[in-house]
Amino acid sequence: MRGAVIVFPGSNCDVDCFHVWKDVLGQPAEYVFHKEKFSPEDFDLIILPGGFSYGDYLRAGAIARFSPAMDSVYKAAEKGKLILGICNGFQILLEAGLLPGAMMKNRDLKFHCHDVYLKVGTADSPFTNMYLPGEVVKMPIAHGEGNYYADADTIERLKREDRIVFYYSDEKGNITDEANPNGSVENIAGILNEERNVLGMMPHPERCAEEILGNTDGKRLFMSILEYLEGRVKIGKSRRS
Amino acid sequence: MFNAKIWVRFKNGVLDPQGAAIKGALNHLGFEAEDVRVGKLIEVKLKADNLDEAKAKVEMMCEKLLANPVLEDFSFEVVEESI
Repeated sequence: MRGAVIVFPGSNCDVDCFHVWKDVLGQPAEYVFHKEKFSPEDFDLIILPGGFSYGDYLRAGAIARFSPAMDSVYKAAEKGKLILGICNGFQILLEAGLLPGAMMKNRDLKFHCHDVYLKVGTADSPFTNMYLPGEVVKMPIAHGEGNYYADADTIERLKREDRIVFYYSDEKGNITDEANPNGSVENIAGILNEERNVLGMMPHPERCAEEILGNTDGKRLFMSILEYLEGRVKIGKSRRS
Repeated sequence: MFNAKIWVRFKNGVLDPQGAAIKGALNHLGFEAEDVRVGKLIEVKLKADNLDEAKAKVEMMCEKLLANPVLEDFSFEVVEESI
């Protein structure tokens, strides 16, 4: 399954994402430069990697969303292709309006770079079907602006539609304020769009996808994507119920 | 040529962690600040045929790029550059 990693000026997790899809999952991968356009048929998965696109000037992701490559990402998203935005990629998806809400500076104004525990909010997605709902996993975060904000109606809708994919939690899965590294509303660490083909998340699954790195909790996210793309799992059950 | 000054601020009700930190520092210095909000001032020089057109352009800049409507409000003033 063909994967693309978009490279913005200032992306710094592009090589990691490329490596995981190509070498760990054994799938064809390509880099797409931010000035390039592509057709929705070219790729099955498009990854917007972490980093500091355009130096985070104005707001994180605000300038990247107008890149030529993003025009192609919008078209691919409309066609139901899978779009995965990690960290700065999540910020870009929010600025682009592909996901609801916005990011603010971490409430303690510090850059957080450490492992966090995450409670899986939904396994009913192309990205998380190999996790169990309610399972606790560990992934690293590395961001200064991951304080997710959305108005109460939006949060209510995300919950109702089972679109919150990860919550910051403690090791036992308790969603507490102490376990919230950045002040995100409701401890939200990752969300889906309405059609469930676009995921934005602050933690870095590509940094914990190999035994040699001491943690493979992130690998299952990429395996989930492959399971879905190869037609072995169906999603959307919870939306119909 | 027109000069625009654009202010972008957090909406009321949106917590501003930078403002809170600065308020803490001001109070520590004995200034008794009640509330502090941090915003941005953006200055743009632009071409337009007249003031109304310049204002319309600035409004579009704010809506499209300069402010994020989820979090921020904007206001601006535009003046014609004196020659």
